[in-house]
Amino acid sequence: MANVTLRNVRKTYPGGFEAIKGVDVDVGDGQFCVLVGPSGCGKSTLLRMVAGLETITGGEIDIGGRIVNQIEPADRDIAMVFQNYALYPHMSVFNNMAYGLRNRGMKEDEVKSRVDEAARVLELTSMLERKPRQLSGGQRQRVAMGRAIVRQPKVFLFDEPLSNLDAKLRIAMRVEIRKLQRRLNTTSIYVTHDQLEAMTLADILVVMNGGQVEQVGNPLAIYEKPATTFVASFIGAPPMNLMSTRPDEIKSQLGTSAGEAILGIRPEDFVITDQTPAGGVALPLTVEAIERVGAETFIYGSREQEEQRIAATPGELPPGEIIVRIPGTEAPAIGAKIRVAAVRAKLHLFSADGRTRIEA
Amino acid sequence: MVEEEGFRRYVAHIILWIGIAIVAFPVYIAIVASSQDNALIANGQMSLLPGGHFFETYYQTIFVGTSGSTREPVGNMMLNSLVMALLIAVGKIAISIISAYAIVYFRFPFRMPIFWIIFITLMLPVEVRIYPTYKIVADLHMLDSYAGLSLPLIASATATLLFRQFFMTVPDELLEASRIDGAGPFRFFWDTLLPLSRTNMAALFVILFILGWNQYLWPLLITTRDDMQTIQIGIRKMITTTDALTEWPVVMATAVLAMLPPVFVVVVMQKLFVRGLVETEK
Repeated sequence: MANVTLRNVRKTYPGGFEAIKGVDVDVGDGQFCVLVGPSGCGKSTLLRMVAGLETITGGEIDIGGRIVNQIEPADRDIAMVFQNYALYPHMSVFNNMAYGLRNRGMKEDEVKSRVDEAARVLELTSMLERKPRQLSGGQRQRVAMGRAIVRQPKVFLFDEPLSNLDAKLRIAMRVEIRKLQRRLNTTSIYVTHDQLEAMTLADILVVMNGGQVEQVGNPLAIYEKPATTFVASFIGAPPMNLMSTRPDEIKSQLGTSAGEAILGIRPEDFVITDQTPAGGVALPLTVEAIERVGAETFIYGSREQEEQRIAATPGELPPGEIIVRIPGTEAPAIGAKIRVAAVRAKLHLFSADGRTRIEA
Repeated sequence: MVEEEGFRRYVAHIILWIGIAIVAFPVYIAIVASSQDNALIANGQMSLLPGGHFFETYYQTIFVGTSGSTREPVGNMMLNSLVMALLIAVGKIAISIISAYAIVYFRFPFRMPIFWIIFITLMLPVEVRIYPTYKIVADLHMLDSYAGLSLPLIASATATLLFRQFFMTVPDELLEASRIDGAGPFRFFWDTLLPLSRTNMAALFVILFILGWNQYLWPLLITTRDDMQTIQIGIRKMITTTDALTEWPVVMATAVLAMLPPVFVVVVMQKLFVRGLVETEK
């Protein structure tokens, strides 16, 4: 049980490349913190710095009231689950879980009772004598989890633990991890590039980009009030529609003067209507593609006006394209001209560089 | 494999049988000759069927030796060869796995230059550096000793390279997991890397044992005493006789005996050997 506090943590590689540019995060006792971001944003590096596998070139990492910058991984009282599980291929499941305990000089009967307990929780009891290669991906994943929980560490670290599993298993394991973490009430830091995983698991979500933290907070709060256009387009699928807007448009439609700005509207916040809600916006669209996924339908449309969106973030649509999400399967025909609108409360406004949110 | 039918299949088999005959016939001759009477062979009247002196000849070869050129029993020579081959194989594996571990897993000054120095010794086998090597071994008073026979052949770039390549395929996460599990460099090597290298070590052992067993030039140079000579040298000495008849049955028996240990090692370790070459347990 421990808090994990990162204070202005930096990582500069010998070549001068700055992978982590000053990160401050505070994870409370028993909380589940998820680091999310596109590949190369430094989230894994940050996790490995907490684990002690990467050196810290600036700032402090505090685990349970102890600065761990100079402490070996084994002495930090953490346990890590790796993306490829990193099970010892030549050891049985039992020995894989027992190895770290034995290295700490724990008595054999205590080792056995802890491993048996972990195996029971993870439903691995019948597989204790097998080798990792005789297990399926999901089972290996559970052994990796077991290796972490037998240690009863202060902090669990997860490095994209589900990305090697197929989609169905991933959802099942996601729920398992969350249940396990709740029951053990162990502070956890979890790295993923999957925003859905991030949203569903996190108590605190840390959105990272280019070695910096873009936004920290409750996942829903981040979803509802993204701080930057990067967060806006990264969190939520399909991504938020972002369009550059001229000052006079903002003035006339929204009644605020913000200069050049970027307007963001989530696909699900549009409705197909001929009316324009007071204070809201309306866009005429030509339907270009329809995706029906059962419960909902995505409409890809292009705007008729010659509007250029600012291309600043990944996962973004080509300029002028808008995604609209409507419930059910009723959809206009391709090529049809429709009009969509969003109410005032569902509009997000960002500064022209996308770095700050404008609260209207 | 492509299924061949009828005629073509027979042709293939006939070719294979011809090949086997070419390889196996000299071995057969050696075995037959070792069971014949020496006078008969010397007369050029050797039969192609086994003679009646088989057990007698082998007993003499193993426990007594020839009556002429080298009086050392072949049993003793085989022991010398065995010790030398085992020392070379085990020594090479031990040294090269440790040096590969250092090169792959530790960051120390001049790591790459040291690796390249090891690498270029590939171009300098014993035959090339025979004079300086002899001088060093002689100065260290290691002539006519097992140390002198094996040490100069132990340092090996090939085995180091093989282990280096293997270690580089071991995922880094295993090392990191070990570190988090509280295993230091020695424990990681002993508990994880060595067990993973098992098949590689077995494959290398087969190759190196045969290499060591077949050494000729180096033992010829540094052993002068009869009781230190290896079986390969022994055969050579048995054939060269100045004023007596070469004892061909004994020579042939010795040749047959010299073939047995490598065959034994290959047969016993074949499974591990193939696995070591084609797959890794990861």
